[in-house]
Amino acid sequence: MEFFFDWFRVLNQEMGINLPFLYDSYDRNRMFNGFLTTIWLSLICLFFSIIIGIIGAWLQASSLKMTRRIVNGYIQLFRNTPPLVQLYFFYFAIGTLLPRVDNDWGGQSPLLGSFAWAAISLSFFAGAFNVEIFRSGIEAVPKATVEAAEALGFSKLQIYKDITLPLAFRVVLPALNNNLVNLVKTTTLAYAIAVPEMLYEANQIWSDNVNVTEMMIFLLLAYFALVGVLVAGMNRWERSMKIPGYG
Amino acid sequence: MSLKKIKLLATALIASNMGVAAVSADVLDTIKERGTLIVGVKADYQPYGFLDTTGAVIGIEPDLAADVAAKLGVEVEFVPVVSSNRMQFLEQGKIDLMIATMTDKPDRREVVLIPDPNYYSSGTNVLSLKSLGFTEWEDLRGKPVCGIQGAFYNKATSQNFGAEIVAFTGTAEAYSALAAGNCAAFVYDDSAIVAKTNDPEWADYEMALPTIDDAPWGLAVQLGEDNFAALMSEMIIDWHQSGRILELETKWGVANTPFAIAMNEKYN
Repeated sequence: MEFFFDWFRVLNQEMGINLPFLYDSYDRNRMFNGFLTTIWLSLICLFFSIIIGIIGAWLQASSLKMTRRIVNGYIQLFRNTPPLVQLYFFYFAIGTLLPRVDNDWGGQSPLLGSFAWAAISLSFFAGAFNVEIFRSGIEAVPKATVEAAEALGFSKLQIYKDITLPLAFRVVLPALNNNLVNLVKTTTLAYAIAVPEMLYEANQIWSDNVNVTEMMIFLLLAYFALVGVLVAGMNRWERSMKIPGYG
Repeated sequence: MSLKKIKLLATALIASNMGVAAVSADVLDTIKERGTLIVGVKADYQPYGFLDTTGAVIGIEPDLAADVAAKLGVEVEFVPVVSSNRMQFLEQGKIDLMIATMTDKPDRREVVLIPDPNYYSSGTNVLSLKSLGFTEWEDLRGKPVCGIQGAFYNKATSQNFGAEIVAFTGTAEAYSALAAGNCAAFVYDDSAIVAKTNDPEWADYEMALPTIDDAPWGLAVQLGEDNFAALMSEMIIDWHQSGRILELETKWGVANTPFAIAMNEKYN
């Protein structure tokens, strides 16, 4: 393995192609940690944004006017503001208003750190879009199907959980796929509040080594591969839910 | 498109390419032709380059840049830069000259042309709460330490002293994260920290550690601009000889640094 890494050191000396995140163990560690942070942040945000989407779409069809208004207000707020502004807002405005807790280095720090705020803010951001995406799917389920379920004595929650949502899922997958791809790419914005994800680490490496071009190319390919994996997974899911002869 | 038009277009293209080639031969001619010297300076680094209440860029480095413009007999225009983009701006020709608190390092000399001698010098230190009582760099081990994205000492601080660097894009974010308690300290140039500790708002904070990595600063021009670099070398020597650097330090409220005093003596 060391031989493999050393080859890149030679590549730098001979060809001037500088990839320190391969031959320098310190840079390698931080780039790898950045990669893990990106994946971890993406997974958390993917999970919570889908949960927010499912619950939000259900509440949106609520018979209570107030609930519908709150859900719509949330969608407007998060869909109409840039995600970077939201991150800054949560981290620098809301974060400093929260109570402080004693930390292990003898000082006091805010309740939530940058990673937590990035996860919260990006989940809500993508969640707002997901609510609308799920709504489109729910509205595509024929009214007669819901009425049939009602006639069979299903409760409202049961209808949503067992009838509407599974049918809607098939319809929403292409749009959901789009939004989740966007979400993974949006995690790069977290570098602004110092979440050590891939872009953040790459930025530090190119500042230390003055190899902007190489790092840019690497970043592009890394995200291309990362999102490619997500898209492949989503496409598989889409195919597995296909009903022959039903659209 | 007729053949005539294509020919015209081709001629125009070739002519414009020649124009570019002529320009890159000597940036001094371009500056004089344009009538303005475009200088990349910091806008968030009191007192070396910062914004006044009207939004104008002022400070020691903008004053030095104005000296250069006066010498060339042109107007001066400032472009605010940050550590992570200053060399790229210069490479792309967005700025003619960069005077932006940049530490002179060998790998940077491969990318931009840094004329000798160095015009200034500073080291690395941290700003931290007095109540934390830091006395040595090892005290930072395992603690979150705010920094600026692109600063060279981030790596050393985490590699040698085990601090977890939390780096932001600008100093305003780093200072507010420090004030909010997101980090135990803020690692930065001692010259800027000294200015901050004089600020009554930061009375609870101190610069407690011994300064490390005292390193010279280099201003820079594009690679290959040897005439401009020679001119800048003369200017820098003149600044040291005439005591201009010392004078500017006093003007902007910085105690005269040992480097500036030594250089003044050297050239007198």
